[in-house]
Amino acid sequence: MKRRLLLLLPLVGFLLFSIFLYRGLALDPSHRDSALMAREFPAFTYSTLEDPQREVDLSLLKGEVTLVNVWGEWCPACKQEMPQLLDLADRGVRLVGINYRDTREKGLQFLEEFGNPFELNIFDPDGDLGFDLGVYGAPETFLVDRDGIIRYHHTGYISPADVRDVILPEVEKWQ
Amino acid sequence: MAVIRLLLALLVLGSAGTAMAAAIEMREFDDPVLEKRYHSLIGSMRCPLCENQAINDSDAPISGDMRERVYVLLQDGRSDIEIVDHMVQRFGEYILYNPRLESRTYLLWGLPIALVVVGVLVIFLLMRARRNASSRKLSAEESARLDALINRERS
Repeated sequence: MKRRLLLLLPLVGFLLFSIFLYRGLALDPSHRDSALMAREFPAFTYSTLEDPQREVDLSLLKGEVTLVNVWGEWCPACKQEMPQLLDLADRGVRLVGINYRDTREKGLQFLEEFGNPFELNIFDPDGDLGFDLGVYGAPETFLVDRDGIIRYHHTGYISPADVRDVILPEVEKWQ
Repeated sequence: MAVIRLLLALLVLGSAGTAMAAAIEMREFDDPVLEKRYHSLIGSMRCPLCENQAINDSDAPISGDMRERVYVLLQDGRSDIEIVDHMVQRFGEYILYNPRLESRTYLLWGLPIALVVVGVLVIFLLMRARRNASSRKLSAEESARLDALINRERS
């Protein structure tokens, strides 16, 4: 009798393996955590989009929970995301933009047209800061806590539901 | 009709050609070893945007940036390990086609080896069992029965 049960072992193994592989199908490869999660925001010194004379560095992101949004005038999803970012700013969330792979002229024009939820924008025309952040498309959004540590990473467009269900709770959590 | 089809085919071929040309920049290397390392490095990294394409044949802007960074770091005299670390720090383990051996990947690397070992063991045990069965001496009664059967065949 015992030996008979032993014969079922391969079947059990097969079932476990199937469950494992089946669960793999539910993974979304386009959503993976940033490699910088729980690490300090990379150091930088750049001028702002608004004022070429004004330089900002990492100290900008310390002392207050900040949502850092990577955007560019060339990025269609960034336009659709703007109302949500304006909403977040209205609710008192501090937003800093990274104007990514853009020109000053186009960047400023974009803010004029779609509104400006940002306290200021870091000007990153060559995408170097974006590269250090592991950004591979825009928009991407990072939540940075008061110590400058990256706590949440959102790839792609922030929908109104994302604001309510994900972004606001995360901001709350690290406040 | 045939002409239209031919034109369409040419159009498709043409656009494929430009897409491929866009992905490969001309890079100058003084040292053929450096050039070889460059090609091996950009062939071993996955484009973070395009799911399954190495950065050496992807058109995504981020792949271009990564190739550029690999080139700059090579010219800077960095080792392959340093360059891979530099990329993984920013884009995560995801970009490596050959995941590194660490606690998170023990299962990944170990399972195939373990399965081969188990397989060899099973085959060995089966063979031994079979050999034991076939080399077993017949009892006196069995040999007598066997002889009788053979003799009946012959007569």
